[in-house]
Amino acid sequence: MKRLLVRLLREKPLGAAGAVICLVFLFCGIFADFLAPYGYNQISLLNRVKPPSGQFFFGTDNLGRDVFSRCLYGAQLSVIIGFSGAALATAISAVIGIVSGYLGGKTDLVTQRFVDAWMSFPELIILIVVVSVLGPGMGQIIVVLGLLLGIGGSRIIRGTVVSVRENMYVHAAQSMGAGTLRILWRHVLPNVMPPLIVLFTNRVGAVILAESGLSFLGFGVPPPAPTWGGMLSGSGRAYMYQGPWLALAPGLCLTFVVYAIAMLGDALRDLLDPRMRGSR
Amino acid sequence: MRAYAIRRLLALIPTLLFASLIVFITVRLIPGDVIDLMLSQNDISADKKSRAQLEAALGLDTPVHWQYLRWVGAILFEGSLGRSLWQNTPVTELIAQRMPITFELGFLALLVALCVALPVGIWAAIRQDTMGDYLGRSFSILMLAVPSFWMGTLVMVFPSIWWGWSPDIQFVAFHVDPLRNLGQMMPPAIILGCALSAVTMRMTRTMMLEVLRQDYVRTAWAKGLNERLVVIRHALRNALIPVVTLIGLQAPILIGGAVIMEQIFVIPGTGLMLLDAVSQRDYPIVTGVFLIVGVAVQLINLIVDLSYGFLDPKVRYR
Repeated sequence: MKRLLVRLLREKPLGAAGAVICLVFLFCGIFADFLAPYGYNQISLLNRVKPPSGQFFFGTDNLGRDVFSRCLYGAQLSVIIGFSGAALATAISAVIGIVSGYLGGKTDLVTQRFVDAWMSFPELIILIVVVSVLGPGMGQIIVVLGLLLGIGGSRIIRGTVVSVRENMYVHAAQSMGAGTLRILWRHVLPNVMPPLIVLFTNRVGAVILAESGLSFLGFGVPPPAPTWGGMLSGSGRAYMYQGPWLALAPGLCLTFVVYAIAMLGDALRDLLDPRMRGSR
Repeated sequence: MRAYAIRRLLALIPTLLFASLIVFITVRLIPGDVIDLMLSQNDISADKKSRAQLEAALGLDTPVHWQYLRWVGAILFEGSLGRSLWQNTPVTELIAQRMPITFELGFLALLVALCVALPVGIWAAIRQDTMGDYLGRSFSILMLAVPSFWMGTLVMVFPSIWWGWSPDIQFVAFHVDPLRNLGQMMPPAIILGCALSAVTMRMTRTMMLEVLRQDYVRTAWAKGLNERLVVIRHALRNALIPVVTLIGLQAPILIGGAVIMEQIFVIPGTGLMLLDAVSQRDYPIVTGVFLIVGVAVQLINLIVDLSYGFLDPKVRYR
């Protein structure tokens, strides 16, 4: 772990910069309650659509709410949704990928056809359809995104498992009579850890982007929750012509964080798993 | 070639069956009663109908497996996806009206993506590790991170503030006024295309770098061919296959992005229809669009697979 950090700093300066931004993002998200100067839904009709100033760093919106505070609370929501969604997705990818790749045969064939079918649906459209039935809310989004990205990502893990399966130590364990579960846990899982870590990093970014797109369309966490996607849509949209900072602040936060996560993910991929280079 | 195409079509059947199951399960079997939702929220579509009428209209009055079989049967034997609850027109007819618009948007976006990705990717590979290479790569990673709905919002807001120009939102069909139609389609197509070009450009660059190091490329240089011929004829053709595969894999992303673009730029395509249907709880339309999108993506990937034969004479299908 320590060696990885040193290599990240020395060989991948851009990745290290991404890691720093990710840490800042995490910090803002966790301590949003202490950092934000105002509440996320603190309406002040005297201060409607005020430009950025010393009092309101990013200006105020059409209800006089401080955009800076809302962006901080938005980071909090993104951290919660991004990390739990990505954790769920990675866990699902691991289970499906390991079982399907290790067992092979008919199980693998059927699973892969199912994954094929699943991947042919745009995630945004599945999300819209599911949310239309379940109603909007944070829990639904985390579960659906986790399931969605988890099934898609299982391919990458399956590919690694298929090659790990043929290693001597796995055959040795099999001939010693070790149970399937024990082999999967002790021999296969540790070997798919690097792609899992990379997958998790990428998924955090993907979940945050998907959630903001969904909130933008009005199917995400319902207002007044200050999601970055939601801040760009809804009633505030009409006021962007008077207050362009309303259009800039949330989008910049989003782009910055996703960019940083992508940089970190790329660097981790190169450091941990040279085989995954060039794949998504 | 024909035998391969037929086999590939047959292999599509199990995937499409799974796809239909996914659509069916997602829309029908999720916990929470659709009818309750429609009645409780006082929907327009539920207004004039009783519970029993709604159940019959949605086909919810029979056991689940019958519902599925009846739904698939209607598609296969009658080509019917049901009728819209709200407008009472066949869903297939509605989709047929909207599909060409989304298709046009997707096609233009793809065109933009290729026009950006191929030249920049090739340039970055030939001039590896120069300023141009770094700029091209930074641009592509940036395009991966900028959400298209934010780009769309910026395009709506800033030109209007600075120059008083805003995109035309009164939609005009292509066959009515091609120029005006293209003028409307280009801003969303460019935004979508730039987002798509990022991954494609990275792949083009990687593959070109790999191919440019091959022996036959060195031979081509040694023969004294000019750069154009070496790069286009010898290198690019061999680098293209993974790029084409990638484009096929991006089809779902393209369609998902089109939904957002249609919403921002008020383009009456399939995506906008889906969003409207979702807010009106018009489930036959939702199910229909959902299924058609899945089938379309599968067909695009089939075409991609078949196109290898044209791109690379080494590929022989048996």
